[in-house]
Amino acid sequence: MDIFLQNIINALQWGSFYAVVSIGYSMVYGVLMLFNFAHGDIFMVGTYIGFGIATLLLALFSAFMPGWMIFILVILITMFLASFVGVFVEVVGYRPLRGAPRASAAITGLMIGIIFETGNLIILGAKRFSFPPLIESVTYNFGGIYVTNVKVLIIVASLVMMAALHLFIKKTKWGMAMRAMSYDFQAVPLMGVSINIIAPMTFAIGAGLASVAGILYGQAYPVLDPYMGISLGWKAFVAAILGGRGSIMGAALAGYLLGFIEMFVPMFFPSTFRDLIAYSIILVILTFRPRGFFGMAHSTQLRL
Amino acid sequence: METLKKLFRPFSVVPLAGWFLGVFSAVLMEYYLGDLISYYLYLPKIPVLFGTLFMLKNPLLIPSALAYDCIVYIVPVFLVARLFAPLTNQLAAQLEKMPLWLATLLHLAAFYGILHMWAGINDYRVLVVKLTMISIILTLSLNVINGYQGEFSCSHPGFMALGAYASSTLTLLLFANDKMFGEPLMNPALGPWLFPLILIVGGGVAALGSLIVAIPSFRTRGDYLAIISLAFLFMVKSAIENMEIIGGPRGMSSQPNYASLTVVFVWMALCIWIVHNFTTSVLGKALNAVRDNEPAANSMTVNTRKTKMTAFMFGAFWAGVAGGLFAHVLRYVNPGTFGLNKLAEILAMVYFGGLNSIYGSIIGAVSISMLSEALRPLELFKWIIIPLILILVMIFRPHGLISFTELNVKELMRPRDKERAGGVE
Repeated sequence: MDIFLQNIINALQWGSFYAVVSIGYSMVYGVLMLFNFAHGDIFMVGTYIGFGIATLLLALFSAFMPGWMIFILVILITMFLASFVGVFVEVVGYRPLRGAPRASAAITGLMIGIIFETGNLIILGAKRFSFPPLIESVTYNFGGIYVTNVKVLIIVASLVMMAALHLFIKKTKWGMAMRAMSYDFQAVPLMGVSINIIAPMTFAIGAGLASVAGILYGQAYPVLDPYMGISLGWKAFVAAILGGRGSIMGAALAGYLLGFIEMFVPMFFPSTFRDLIAYSIILVILTFRPRGFFGMAHSTQLRL
Repeated sequence: METLKKLFRPFSVVPLAGWFLGVFSAVLMEYYLGDLISYYLYLPKIPVLFGTLFMLKNPLLIPSALAYDCIVYIVPVFLVARLFAPLTNQLAAQLEKMPLWLATLLHLAAFYGILHMWAGINDYRVLVVKLTMISIILTLSLNVINGYQGEFSCSHPGFMALGAYASSTLTLLLFANDKMFGEPLMNPALGPWLFPLILIVGGGVAALGSLIVAIPSFRTRGDYLAIISLAFLFMVKSAIENMEIIGGPRGMSSQPNYASLTVVFVWMALCIWIVHNFTTSVLGKALNAVRDNEPAANSMTVNTRKTKMTAFMFGAFWAGVAGGLFAHVLRYVNPGTFGLNKLAEILAMVYFGGLNSIYGSIIGAVSISMLSEALRPLELFKWIIIPLILILVMIFRPHGLISFTELNVKELMRPRDKERAGGVE
């Protein structure tokens, strides 16, 4: 029972990363009907930016500033900087291809991702960096279940971010524009909502969220490497589609589901079976519910 | 662009056979004089891939490598092709009178002879040529799904893995004495003769595996194929890693050396022929109709689901064959080979070359694999240059370099000395 509860905590933490990253995929997919295959690498770049900012701020201010303040500063600055990465990807890889086949845009995304990885390797070398801990880790013991404050922070921060995004999309004018765009991205620009503002904004929000996820990831698993984005990114992509087209809640839920599957499979099977079982479950779910959890039934015409 | 066209105008009268003759003379020259020329140009040995390796490793060698390319390749090819154009045009006219299959076979034989001689200079070339031809098969088979069918499938490395492992298991079990399966069950001398059968079985396994993707994903139209095929790719990789009997994560090695240059070439030619026939058949046209407008195709009595499934299995079959050849060329496979990197590579080839086109697939496969071999000395920067080229191609030609064209062998081989009325017959 203890192990079970412990695993739930771990799965919540692990699922938080998937959930937050898959929201980025889901938003782009919802608004532009395009796969943003660079998103996993945007997550990676965001993490590295966070690493740089954290190291810098720790060196400058750690003497006279409390840790939580630095943490919040790091998150804000990183979000700001990382959103430009998202805008960059949109402007370079997706804007010139808006009238092109959708698959072509997916290819440019994929290639930008490869350029990010390689660029990272060239600039920083093959050295593995370690993310500096921004928060003193404290372990609490609830009757045999060990919970660190970092874990709680990760879970709570992810939930807060998702709630904020949900409010943004449901309550504000910009959110309304995004929803409208996802409803019909051909008619809405005629109504005076420019797709050239909404699309970069979507990418920027996704990148900002991914960079925060990266900072949190760095707190839990401090070793950074240039390929950290791809494996997590592709899985988050699967989660995004599993959640349903453009559904933020669905993407988050599917992200958590993926986290749970990946944490609970090693309880019953050898851990090498993790991917096999996780994807088999996803395959079965999609077979019986092809539009995902919250997706509208739709039929897309590939613009080929 | 205009000056380029003007420069090439004198060569528009050269038929395909003439180009073959030109290339043949260049290869002959390299074969007999290559050592001598490279010695006088201070090159350490005959450049393997047009001297790019020398050029990138040591910039001082750039002039001599370029000079070598000029002397050995460019000048003889163009000179001989142009000089003998009247002669080769007569030859082409003679060939045109023959049955189409015979003329095509003769052209293929000539091309293979040239390729064999060119690759025979050293082993590295043989390997590069073999892998390039396997990429052509792969690209064509993915083009059937992503181009002709208009879906976005990500599972090709998975099908390749299925084919590679199925055929490797069979050859190791039946014809090889190795530590995994022990004594061969059949006489090893039979091996090369039964190898095509084994490849077909490997392709069949891949086609069967593709049903796992096809059955759930063709219930609805949309992007679910992308996800399900991606999930399938991860599943195959993970399943193979967990099967200790076929080596698990360590992979399989010491497959017998059946995939010679000839074998790979024959399979590539077969693949081009069959894919061409498939895509120009009624089924292929139905496939294009399903892509362009599914409800309309349905109302025109096209069984859309069956069409899509057949095409998908067809693509998977060829991916399996390519995987089998791949395993027997490298004589080592492990599950890590068939991952996301392979996927990115194949997708790049398909979209670079052009959708819905056999020429495009061939050009995409050849140029991307040659480029990645030629830029090898640049190491990491290679993975900046190739993606950049691809992004530029996508921005300026979103459908790829040569898209939506049909392979027309007759047009390709015709004599060029006089323009036909209407150009194309």
